[in-house]
Amino acid sequence: MAPHNAQNDTVTCTIDGLEVTVPAGTRLIEAAARVGIEVPHYCYHPGLSAPAQCRMCLVEMEGAPKLLPACTAQAGDGNVIHTHSEKSLKAREGVLEFLLLNHPLDCPVCDQSGECGLQDYVAEEGRKMGRFVEPKRILGRDDFGGDVLYYGDRCIMCTRCVRFMREVAQDERLTVVQRGHRAVIDTFFDEGLEGSLWAGNVVDVCPVGSLVSKDFLHKARAWDLDRSPSVCPNCSQGCNISIQTFNNQVTRLKPRPNMEVNSHWMCDYGRHNYQWMNRGNRIEAPMVRRDGKLVAVSWSEAMRTLADTLGKGSHAVRAVVSPFLSNEDMGALRRVMETMGGGDGVYRVETGEEAELPGFPTLKLRRDRAANGVGAELFGYRRAGGDDGTGGLDDLAGHDDVLFVAGDEIQDAPTTFGEKAAVFVYLGHALSDATRNADVVLPATSFAEMEGTFTNYERRIQRFLPALQGPGMSRPIWQILGVLLAGISEKAAPATIDDAFDALAEVRDDFGALSFRTIAPRGTVLPGFPALSEAAGR
Amino acid sequence: MAYPFVHPDETRVLSKHFGEPEARTLAGWEARGGYQALRKAVEMGPAEIVSEVKDSGLRGRGGAGFPTGVKWSFMPQASGKPHYLLCNADESEPGTFKDRELIRWTPHQLIEGCLIGARAINVQHVYIYNRGEFFETTQILARAIEEAYEAGYIGKDILGSGVDIDITLHMGAGAYICGEETGLMNSLEGRRGEPRLKPPFPAAVGAFGRPTTINNVETLCAVPHIVTHGGEWYRQWGTEKSPGTKLFCVSGHVRKPGNYEVPLGFNFREFIYEMCGGPPEGRALKAVIPGGSSVPILRPEEIDIGMDYEAMAAAGTMLGCGSVIVMDETTDIVKQVRRMSDFYTHESCGQCTPCREGTAWASRILKRIEDGWGSEEDLDTLLELSENMAGKTICTFSDAAAAPIVSSVQKFRDDYLALIRRGENLAASA
Repeated sequence: MAPHNAQNDTVTCTIDGLEVTVPAGTRLIEAAARVGIEVPHYCYHPGLSAPAQCRMCLVEMEGAPKLLPACTAQAGDGNVIHTHSEKSLKAREGVLEFLLLNHPLDCPVCDQSGECGLQDYVAEEGRKMGRFVEPKRILGRDDFGGDVLYYGDRCIMCTRCVRFMREVAQDERLTVVQRGHRAVIDTFFDEGLEGSLWAGNVVDVCPVGSLVSKDFLHKARAWDLDRSPSVCPNCSQGCNISIQTFNNQVTRLKPRPNMEVNSHWMCDYGRHNYQWMNRGNRIEAPMVRRDGKLVAVSWSEAMRTLADTLGKGSHAVRAVVSPFLSNEDMGALRRVMETMGGGDGVYRVETGEEAELPGFPTLKLRRDRAANGVGAELFGYRRAGGDDGTGGLDDLAGHDDVLFVAGDEIQDAPTTFGEKAAVFVYLGHALSDATRNADVVLPATSFAEMEGTFTNYERRIQRFLPALQGPGMSRPIWQILGVLLAGISEKAAPATIDDAFDALAEVRDDFGALSFRTIAPRGTVLPGFPALSEAAGR
Repeated sequence: MAYPFVHPDETRVLSKHFGEPEARTLAGWEARGGYQALRKAVEMGPAEIVSEVKDSGLRGRGGAGFPTGVKWSFMPQASGKPHYLLCNADESEPGTFKDRELIRWTPHQLIEGCLIGARAINVQHVYIYNRGEFFETTQILARAIEEAYEAGYIGKDILGSGVDIDITLHMGAGAYICGEETGLMNSLEGRRGEPRLKPPFPAAVGAFGRPTTINNVETLCAVPHIVTHGGEWYRQWGTEKSPGTKLFCVSGHVRKPGNYEVPLGFNFREFIYEMCGGPPEGRALKAVIPGGSSVPILRPEEIDIGMDYEAMAAAGTMLGCGSVIVMDETTDIVKQVRRMSDFYTHESCGQCTPCREGTAWASRILKRIEDGWGSEEDLDTLLELSENMAGKTICTFSDAAAAPIVSSVQKFRDDYLALIRRGENLAASA
């Protein structure tokens, strides 16, 4: 018998022989998770209410007459729980057999195959052979609108999607219609999920292949995907995501749980805005202008040429950075500018309507539709241009000394942009009419192709990992500019992302308290700034 | 001898005025001593009523048989929120028709019971949830409620006592599961009729999230009599643990089907053969379902028992809501069980996997056996799937769906085997 801990509001129970102490009111499924025991479940989702209706998580408690649903039963002091006893295994085997009765078993053509809750648990705890010989019930498919397709026959009626729309999106568009084994999920109105900013999450919460994304449909098999933890670049919220790629192509973005930023969710604007990461018309080699033409050269030649041209003297530097650059990239350019005698830098960002997720109000599609506008501000860049992310370059277009354009393609700039500059350096992904005027063109990787950090709206520094291989000879901007800096000053070039991050302290003192390796898994809010709840959204 | 069949051995307390149309009116009911119990109750005060009902040993007549007085005492005294009394008139168990008759003939008896019940648990609002198909009784009850409002029995300051009680009549839409207490609450609130997970229990979080007590029609109808005559008086009938009288609804192969009120503990064989006249001439009894389609079936040799909660439980079945379905030797048990199983398949709310899928699967297996395509393994499958259904869901619907299947396979295995063999022979000869 475990000691009674009434005073400190914790309870101690034994789960599968392991003693665990949890706050009073903790549900068994969560208490079990603390000691590394997964209780199979379908209707339970940590971000939703638990209706205890799938009956998968039934566990045995010594002294209780019936099996208990671990998703709602609370751990009590001295409880002795068996999650994998004969009785609970038998009950779960029964539930799995029931779930498979009318399931079409179309795994070979199902998008969920390989990451399917039904497959996994049936393989672990199900019967080897089903006994159902009757014809299966057919419910058919439905287009739910937006990006969501519904396969009724695969549905296990866990109602996670209904509860997501009701409790989190608070925009009740889905419901269960009919009852008994004829029950299906359906939309209330003709538009269905069309126009809902959060509907994509119902595909994520679906434990089986019932709700699937039209965009991802039949694109790739789950087991062929490479998954890289990253941060959504499409607004300043900084939702934690997994970039999922197949053959070096991004196939989809999925949210990663981070209770301090995005809970388990992300918006459809961010989710579906990934095609640009796959663009094909990328610059693949460094280029320098020779006899009026850009010619491809090796990295060493390009860097030597650039360093020699700039020399060690001071210049009047002007710069344009993209708000999609990492902190390290922006900081590296700022260091180059400081070394050359300082100068004025701008960034331009597209903005849009803010939209809040009512069930998790700190998650918003933010006004700034780029990941690192806040980072740009931190590193001394000034916001320029209009709400559509264009304009604001008039005073740079005719600049007659050193001009850097990093990441921003400046599509909208006049074709004469930078013609008067003594040295015009472009670091980016693709050439536009304006950037063709550059004297040196250096191929840079996108955030999806490199390690780095973004600073979100509340100055939370979050790391991301590379998901794609950069095209050709492309390199991260921090690396390129680090080498340049070594060429025009006594400073050492950063060998790793750690070095690049450490160097940020040269530009901003507050970064000195952090290092790349010690940024928390949930991100670290820059010291001296308010945390999530108090932060003003931008 | 008026109301379809009345037997001299009956003990008619609740059903005394069945068959008397004038008892439906307020004047007629008052002439029969109506609303005297209410006058007494408003003077008695809540605690005294609860204690009187506790003394009477009255048990819930909806099927579970939980002591009513004890249930009432679970209600919090004052939570600062409105509390509710729900009257479950969603009589939907196949074979049951006692509540319909109570409302049809004696609507004021129910109203009086509701008012006294509300007084006992300090409730200002009573909802009567009437079954969707009960058009006639809804009209009768609605008229009676109107009369009682006009006469000052319902509403503000009842009988000058300062007690306010309102009664709202609500019609269901005809779903079996809305007779389950928490399913009823969801339905009343305008949600899908899906039972809720317990705990929390209704006495803590019930209708509209408020403390709620829910009682069956017959239970509430017994309350005025107990208040009038006292708990000890009610105990003159029945057994120690199952006191009082109960209405039994008899249908099927008996010569005199209908409602009969007898003391609990009445001999079941005598009840079927004497009171109801037994099966038609020249036919032998084959099976009896004693408490509605959700309880295990009894064989003819098992009916020498008392009609009370304990004796029925000892015989491996349940008294349920007292709906006796009698089947004689002409009955195809497999067909009957399949028919019941189809009912449960149709009525399962579909929340819990075992019930949603299990009911439909059982129906299909039974249909296949009935059609002559079954095998002995199917019987094992039926038993095992029933085991996977029973006790594993939010409410007891799946237990109810499994009960007739399990008991029929166990007790009438030969009937199943005969159909299976016949099919095999037909297949072999073809």
